[in-house]
Amino acid sequence: MTHSPRGSAPGLSIADRLPKYLFPRIGGTAAIALLIAILLVGLLIVPVLQVIYVAFLDPNTGALTLNNFKDFFGSSLFRESFGNSFYVSAVSVVMATIIAMPLAYITTRFNFGGSVIIQSLGFIPLIMPPFVGAVAMQLIFGRNGSVNLILRDKFGISIPFMEGLNGVILVQSIHYFPFILINLSTSLRNIDRSMEEAAQNLGSTGMRMFRRIVFPLAMPGYIAGAVLVFIKVFDDLGTPLLLNVNNMLAPQAFLRISSIGISDPMGYVISFILVAFSIFSLWVSFLFMRGKDYSTVQKGGGGLSKRDLSTREKWIAYGTVSLILLMVLSPHIGLLLLSFGTIWSYAPLPDDYTLQNFVVMWENSGTYISNTVLYAGLAATADVILGTAIAYIVLRTKLFGRQALDYMATASLAVPGVVLGIGYLRLFHGVQVPFSGEPMASWWVIIALALMVRRLPYALRACMAALQQVSISLEEAAESLGASKQSTIRRIVVPLMSGGILAGFVTSFATAAVELSATIMLVSSDSDAPLAYGIYLFMQTPSGRGAGAALGIVAVILVGVGTYASQRIIERDKKMRMSGDAH
Amino acid sequence: MTTNMVGIEIKDLHLSFGETEVLTGVNLTIEPGEFFSFLGPSGSGKSTLLRAVAGFGPTPKGQILIGGRDIVDLPPWKRNVGMVFQSYALWPHMSVRDNVAFGLKERKMPVSEIGPRVEAALDLVGLLSMAGRMPNQLSGGQQQRIALARTIVVEPQVLLLDEPLSNLDASLRVQMRRELLALQRKLGLTTIFVTHDQEEANTTSDRMAVLDGGVIQQVGSPQVLYDTPANLFVANFLGTANIIDGVVEKDGAAARFVTKTGDAIAVGDTTVNSGSIVLRPQNISIVAKDSANSISGTVMHREFLGSQIRYLVDAAGTEIVIDQSHVSGETWQDIGAEVSLNINSSAAVVLAS
Repeated sequence: MTHSPRGSAPGLSIADRLPKYLFPRIGGTAAIALLIAILLVGLLIVPVLQVIYVAFLDPNTGALTLNNFKDFFGSSLFRESFGNSFYVSAVSVVMATIIAMPLAYITTRFNFGGSVIIQSLGFIPLIMPPFVGAVAMQLIFGRNGSVNLILRDKFGISIPFMEGLNGVILVQSIHYFPFILINLSTSLRNIDRSMEEAAQNLGSTGMRMFRRIVFPLAMPGYIAGAVLVFIKVFDDLGTPLLLNVNNMLAPQAFLRISSIGISDPMGYVISFILVAFSIFSLWVSFLFMRGKDYSTVQKGGGGLSKRDLSTREKWIAYGTVSLILLMVLSPHIGLLLLSFGTIWSYAPLPDDYTLQNFVVMWENSGTYISNTVLYAGLAATADVILGTAIAYIVLRTKLFGRQALDYMATASLAVPGVVLGIGYLRLFHGVQVPFSGEPMASWWVIIALALMVRRLPYALRACMAALQQVSISLEEAAESLGASKQSTIRRIVVPLMSGGILAGFVTSFATAAVELSATIMLVSSDSDAPLAYGIYLFMQTPSGRGAGAALGIVAVILVGVGTYASQRIIERDKKMRMSGDAH
Repeated sequence: MTTNMVGIEIKDLHLSFGETEVLTGVNLTIEPGEFFSFLGPSGSGKSTLLRAVAGFGPTPKGQILIGGRDIVDLPPWKRNVGMVFQSYALWPHMSVRDNVAFGLKERKMPVSEIGPRVEAALDLVGLLSMAGRMPNQLSGGQQQRIALARTIVVEPQVLLLDEPLSNLDASLRVQMRRELLALQRKLGLTTIFVTHDQEEANTTSDRMAVLDGGVIQQVGSPQVLYDTPANLFVANFLGTANIIDGVVEKDGAAARFVTKTGDAIAVGDTTVNSGSIVLRPQNISIVAKDSANSISGTVMHREFLGSQIRYLVDAAGTEIVIDQSHVSGETWQDIGAEVSLNINSSAAVVLAS
């Protein structure tokens, strides 16, 4: 079959005969990329930019001004809130480091039976939203909590674990230390043993070698974890709110918007500061880590060499680990006691145990649970679809600006839930839902969209990792056997990514199910409220605490099972891949 | 930078990873100042043996004496043996200067002495100008030299090289192995060099040990190992070998090796009664039919290798590889040609089965 280049074959339509530049050919992938870009701009960039923009507007005249910031820093309450937020975040990082460092070191350096326990129990804090644990922590560590009651009884002293900012710091560092644990352990594991052996060979050993070689090499991982903790704590709304610590930035933003209204500029100023701080922290950590890819594991290598512990060392190790884990698990223990307890106040333990709380919870929170499944399910489904598409576009196509999709999707990590919530309220304020006519800002779909945007980075990272594992030669093999791009993606790429995609879904779902900071802004009626909001409502009254705790247990189980499932999926996937490689 | 040369003695060394024994009864003496290679396929235990000398891996049973002192129970940092790692193991968070200075700082050397020592070591490997760079700004060959400088700057008693050339490209490898040898000669440093590449071992070593399955198969100079392999493994591992099974028939002083097909090859004096004969391809020549001490065969295959022509000849019940030097203008044997093979009997080695 030969065509002369200018030949007008009879089958060609008019459009085909016109010059190409009149109809820029947008391929299927490009169209999808464009669609995703529009979605991300509309649901993330525009709301956030609008919030920032409004922070610079005079609420009365609508002119650009810096007066809002002047007002902000002129108010002693806001100055104090700013200082408190910074202080709490910084100290939480320190506390989280103190908790995570020994755990990471012990698991990566020694043949230690407890490593498995640390690896599984060490991550448990993450599966409980921090605000859920906060109330339980009050009952254990509060002024009249179990620990202080016992201390006062035995030694006549009490320790203000939970007084004011201390409480926030304690709850946050216990909740977020796994970020440091995970990143630090990974970094430690990525150090090739020859790094250490070379140092030993040249006469270095023990703590000195740790300080000069091992820790500097693990530093990037530590910094990554520490920055994450800092940002998360700085942005968190639920924990201070539940502990009734209102003189911090995020609670102030929430209170201003919810009590004064969405035209009050202070909420926007605070939002601006939250976003700016998040970005600033990320930028600083980026500067620090630039050019410091210290992953040195060689093929066939395998991380630092592990050594056996002597009996005495083993006891010390088990002791340290038990103590840390006991503290880390205290919110869970407290929540469990609270959910099964009748009355628990001014006593180390509840007076009696009952299932009544679960009955009350079950009768009152059917809607919360079904709402949660609906919102989180929609959000997570959308997340993995977007995640897979973005991963493919970024890693496998040469599309112009493809990196921007990745950056935009990931940028949502730096946007506090409160800010996104305020942004949506402002953006959809006064807009009506087509057909039903109800106001858009109080429509439940908006909650699901917020969750989708908030959890997209999690799903995206899982999908990226999964796609990176798929060797490009597997795709090329399919294409050389005659499969089209679409068919290759459908029959080769997606099935091979399925483990990662599923893991991404589960992570997004589980974390979206317990998200509070954005939803608390967007929930307009109890009937639209998801589980996290339900727990928040229950916890507001002393009589509802038992049922709230019971609902909290449901949340923990939900997220726990989800996390476990996603881990299993990833492991099974890895095994399959490895057995495939063996031949 | 000169050291008192020390020898290394390894006595009845056994080493296991859990249940699996990876080194079995290793006995070895390395002379002071010697460049000694451990040669073997992967999994032969050569790297494990080297790491045992450095003090890495499980503690072995037996003795390792350096300069007469048993070091088996010493931790790596007290052995004063310098090791260059296959991956170079340069610390990415330290500059070249800091990498090289590391061992001296560990030895609590005064700062005023460290500077000149580091510079001397960098000068020795020709990279003084790179002192301020970070390791990831260096090429593979440069990293290799820095790793070497970092090791020799502390003046170790012995130098251990774990496949140091395997991450370099081919041309650089040839250059580096010459530099390594020159440096070793200059420093007079007793050196163990681990490699799976026989060319590397042959070109550098004073003597070498061939390992397989955790057991030393043979120790000797490269030439001795090639010409008189002690067993079939060594014969096959070093170069190409034709191996034919058969029995030795003696007639007074003369001995001949008779193959299963009845072909006879004259051999030198041997105590072996039955076993295999090892014939190197270049020690067999194609001659006029029915010459003395020849066996007949048929040319099956011919390969032109440049400096040589390799024939595969069906003879004595097997395919025999024969390498003939290529001389321009010479005519080649045709495929299917009936030929006679003349065997240089002094180069034939008979091994007991």
